[in-house]
Amino acid sequence: MEYLLHILILIGIYVILSVSLNLITGYTGLLSIAHAAFYGVGAYVAALMALNLHSTFLVNIICAVIVSGLLGALVGIPSLRIRDDYFVIATFAFQVITFSILNNWVSFTGGPMGLPGIPQPTIFGLQVSSHLGFLILIALFCALTLWVTRRIVRSPFGRVLKAIREDEVFAQAAGKNVAAYKIIVFVVGAGMAAMAGVMYAYYISFIDPTSFTVMESIFIISIVIIGGAGSLWGPVVGAVVLVLLPELLRFLGLPSSVAANLRQIIYGGLLVVFMMWRPRGFLGEYAFQSKEARE
Amino acid sequence: MTGSTLGVNGLSKSFDGVRAIADFSCELRDGEILGLIGPNGAGKTTLFNVVTGFIAPEHGQISLKDNEITGLAPYRLANLGIARTFQDLRLIRQLSVLENVLLSFRSQPGERLGNLFFRSERSRQHEALNRQTAIELLEDTGLGDKAGESADDLSYGQQKLLSLVCCLAAEAQVLLLDEPVAGIAPEMIDKILGIIRDLPVKGKSVILIEHNLDAVMQVCDRVIFMDAGAKVSEGTPEEVRNDPKVIEAYID
Repeated sequence: MEYLLHILILIGIYVILSVSLNLITGYTGLLSIAHAAFYGVGAYVAALMALNLHSTFLVNIICAVIVSGLLGALVGIPSLRIRDDYFVIATFAFQVITFSILNNWVSFTGGPMGLPGIPQPTIFGLQVSSHLGFLILIALFCALTLWVTRRIVRSPFGRVLKAIREDEVFAQAAGKNVAAYKIIVFVVGAGMAAMAGVMYAYYISFIDPTSFTVMESIFIISIVIIGGAGSLWGPVVGAVVLVLLPELLRFLGLPSSVAANLRQIIYGGLLVVFMMWRPRGFLGEYAFQSKEARE
Repeated sequence: MTGSTLGVNGLSKSFDGVRAIADFSCELRDGEILGLIGPNGAGKTTLFNVVTGFIAPEHGQISLKDNEITGLAPYRLANLGIARTFQDLRLIRQLSVLENVLLSFRSQPGERLGNLFFRSERSRQHEALNRQTAIELLEDTGLGDKAGESADDLSYGQQKLLSLVCCLAAEAQVLLLDEPVAGIAPEMIDKILGIIRDLPVKGKSVILIEHNLDAVMQVCDRVIFMDAGAKVSEGTPEEVRNDPKVIEAYID
């Protein structure tokens, strides 16, 4: 039973991550390789505050979202004003730098040893300690993420995002400040990813930099693409499939050394298969590819 | 004497040493339809791109109602009241016909993120009003029954018509139309020209690039013939058509 709850909690965390990346990548057409970095920033801000300042869960999550959003602005403002390819490189650089800082600034982040002993969260006097408690908490934040995303994408604001994804020149000629929209969306997505990081830090109660690598960013991108970029529920389906898949391998009785490698092969294989035969993913309405390729 | 809406003064732009626009000046008067004709590569579309801010000029000024607007970003110029269509027909093909028109309205409260969460009622009312206006525009132009279809499913002529409707939704004072009737069926040409002819009544001024000379002669008050980035001839459609320099350029 605990195992099942654990899987559901993981799915919840990846739903937050992939729904928020979908806002950036699926709806606006910007490929960000930094999502795991913002996820990590959220986790570390919350963990450091909980451990050093003993501040409460709600304060920590708000600070984590703000810090991550500010970092998003720092990366987005210079790079999104120029061209989309620079943005991809800038996010990649931010991902690498963030990992290096988490891994090397030992006195602050604990370096490779990570941060152990993150206390259990207390919300309005209620301590969350059981798996079920965490599942409910994460489900609430998933619902919040989905609600906010739905609000955005079904609004005139969301219409502009789709226009930017399809034809920036047309969007500009229609009077839309394209760079501002891109920056806002990137900041919002970064803030949401931080929420997932906070959840993860409190749930596992131990974090180290290996959870926030480039590979993790690519995993989140895979969820979005396989689930369906540019659809609200696509990433949810993607998160369920990609989190469950390796768990099913456990039941095949493979030795863990084989299973771990097989996982990577399956992710890579799935990504190739989807890109070739179903670029829109399970539910998507947008085949992610470069603008040049579509024209 | 009517006032000037758009003024272009001494504009120049080169691409890799080739002069695309060479010291070009012109004036668009209030409620006027100005035709811009000339051979391919004369710099007509480049002129549109400079005026709408997509390309920065090397020399020269552009003014809108006596305000200098040179070098402003495209979205700012669009919001100041300059709308354009594109020669290569840009629309958001993934969106419906109605959504393309809705996208073209300026300053929508629902396009600000904060309003979605803190002033959602106002955004919704504004959107409902725009929707009504958009549907009326589409019905007036005969695209009413296509409103729900994807823009990609329209015929080429209907797409050109839709991009003109998008400019109408923008409520711009100046419309820059790049080949609005090239390559479409005669009935659609008449329909589009009819809409263009009515624009001055609504207080709008138009610059029209077109290779279809019959169309230009039908709707334009004044015509400029451009070649190699410079103005060769200017006057009423009749004058320009009979100008020896123009005749010579077309025979070459």
